[in-house]
Amino acid sequence: MTSSGLGWNIVADVRQLLLFPFMVNALRAGTIVAISAGALGWFMVLRRQAFAGHTLAIVSFPGAAGAILVGISATIGYFTAAIAAALVIAAVPRSLGGRAGSSESAIIGTVQAFALACGALFVSLYGGFLNGLTGLLFGSFLGISASQVLVLLAVAAAAIAVLALIARPLFFATVDPDVAAARGVPVRLLSTVFLVLLGCAAAEVSQITGALLVFALLVMPAATAQQITVRPMASFGLTIGLGLLIVWLGLAVAYFSVYPVGFFITTFGFAGYVLAAASRTAISRSRRRQALAVPA
Amino acid sequence: MWPTGQTGSAGQHGGAGQHGGAGQHGPAVRFDRAAVQVAGRTIWSDVSLTVDQGEFMAVLGPNGVGKSTLIRAALGLIGLSAGSVTVLGRPAGQSGREIGYLPQRRSFDAGLRVRGIDVVSLGSDGERWGVPLPWGDRLFPARRAARNRVREVIDLVGATAFAGRPVGQVSGGEQQRLLIAQALVRGPRLLVLDEPLDSLDLPSQSSIAALISRICREHQVTVMLVAHDVNPILSYLDCVAYLARGGAVCGTPQDVITSETLTALYRTPVEVLHASDGRLVVVGEPEPPARHADRHPDTAARP
Repeated sequence: MTSSGLGWNIVADVRQLLLFPFMVNALRAGTIVAISAGALGWFMVLRRQAFAGHTLAIVSFPGAAGAILVGISATIGYFTAAIAAALVIAAVPRSLGGRAGSSESAIIGTVQAFALACGALFVSLYGGFLNGLTGLLFGSFLGISASQVLVLLAVAAAAIAVLALIARPLFFATVDPDVAAARGVPVRLLSTVFLVLLGCAAAEVSQITGALLVFALLVMPAATAQQITVRPMASFGLTIGLGLLIVWLGLAVAYFSVYPVGFFITTFGFAGYVLAAASRTAISRSRRRQALAVPA
Repeated sequence: MWPTGQTGSAGQHGGAGQHGGAGQHGPAVRFDRAAVQVAGRTIWSDVSLTVDQGEFMAVLGPNGVGKSTLIRAALGLIGLSAGSVTVLGRPAGQSGREIGYLPQRRSFDAGLRVRGIDVVSLGSDGERWGVPLPWGDRLFPARRAARNRVREVIDLVGATAFAGRPVGQVSGGEQQRLLIAQALVRGPRLLVLDEPLDSLDLPSQSSIAALISRICREHQVTVMLVAHDVNPILSYLDCVAYLARGGAVCGTPQDVITSETLTALYRTPVEVLHASDGRLVVVGEPEPPARHADRHPDTAARP
């Protein structure tokens, strides 16, 4: 067994993965991000706010590029931009029914395009960090420092603590906004708090997968889990588990490969979703066939 | 007997009126010369009506006349510009736990991957902060009792067979049963339903109407129901409030739904015909306002 390259001995491969501090940091960061993205993503998919989530992630790109341009940490740029965008989206008046209206998605789309353009401007103003640009858009795990991991951990812990506090009323307001409002659930406030938490999660994921591939961790695990089971607790747990699995697999494969980590994480997430959707279709078809064959 | 679980409301339903607590005597809902303004426009005024405990009452009238506004006023969700509303012996808005409310809606999104039983459970503890612990049922008797209560109401409304399926994939009538179960899960004394028969097919309309009537009679729950078609519920009604032209007429269906009363209410000739199967048909009713969507954004696409 040589000390480089992928072998058939899994224990040796894992040991090799953990040899370098940058890889240990990447795995730690990936683990933190997978858990927080899974938790927030589960609610995001249920609330059908994927477009808002995507925009929060896109906005984190000019945030990071702008932060680098003015010479502060990209991490601060990611979080500031995403949280500010979350507050802007929350301020857009929703249609009275509580569901995202068409005017909302139009405004979000406008903001998203402008943010992306600003990011491009900041990058060209800074000049000559083409590698950095790829990292911002499509993810990089090489440069994650121990202090960055600490920031990710602190933000994720705070976001998950707040989510745990509001989880049940948020679920109520998501499934049944009218009845929840009649019962005194602060539907509008919960929506704002949730968007801010989602902004935190999107900014975290951006730092691993890049701004364009956040859905790999924000949408794919939740969408896959909700295909597999309709039990809320089970699908929530499954979301976190799937997120961890695809991050670990993606990072491990990317370590032994020359291609970007975002590609592998996204590919594993995509494969999981396709498998779940296909098997669900197959199962419901065979059930229908059985029901037809044996009339009750 | 009404199963009450651990909510501390035991005995309220066995015989309303025999207990000495606040609101046990007297009418369930009373409007006294009430008026409501929305955005400076008076929706209706000088409305006086009384619903006695255990009665099945319907708020009828054409679209856009303020029927939903009437029950929102009863729930305390909007304030009055004049007069008063008393609900279960208290001012409107102060009897929260004792009222089950079913807002007007079309349906759940077909892709919503949440089970019917979860929707019903939210009716019992949805506004509580925090997260229910997994496996909490085994640890906490209160949780177990609440869970059993959810099963009981699901059984009561006849939803056991489909309560485990995603709520977006059951029929409109089945969704309405689940939502009635959600409104009933805390054992309310007053059930307020906004157009529960709307957008249902005819067999579902009559079976849901029968279910609501059964809940009203067997469990002494006062029912206040908004409808724009009286026929599916007519045989169950104790009293009727007919809203039109900014005012209301209240009384028994026999007194209110007559050619004379409706003609006076609409100030235009209206005729009530009795079909051979006992149905009432109201002829000559003015058309509903063209812009109905401004106060019902969710139902803008309704025919």
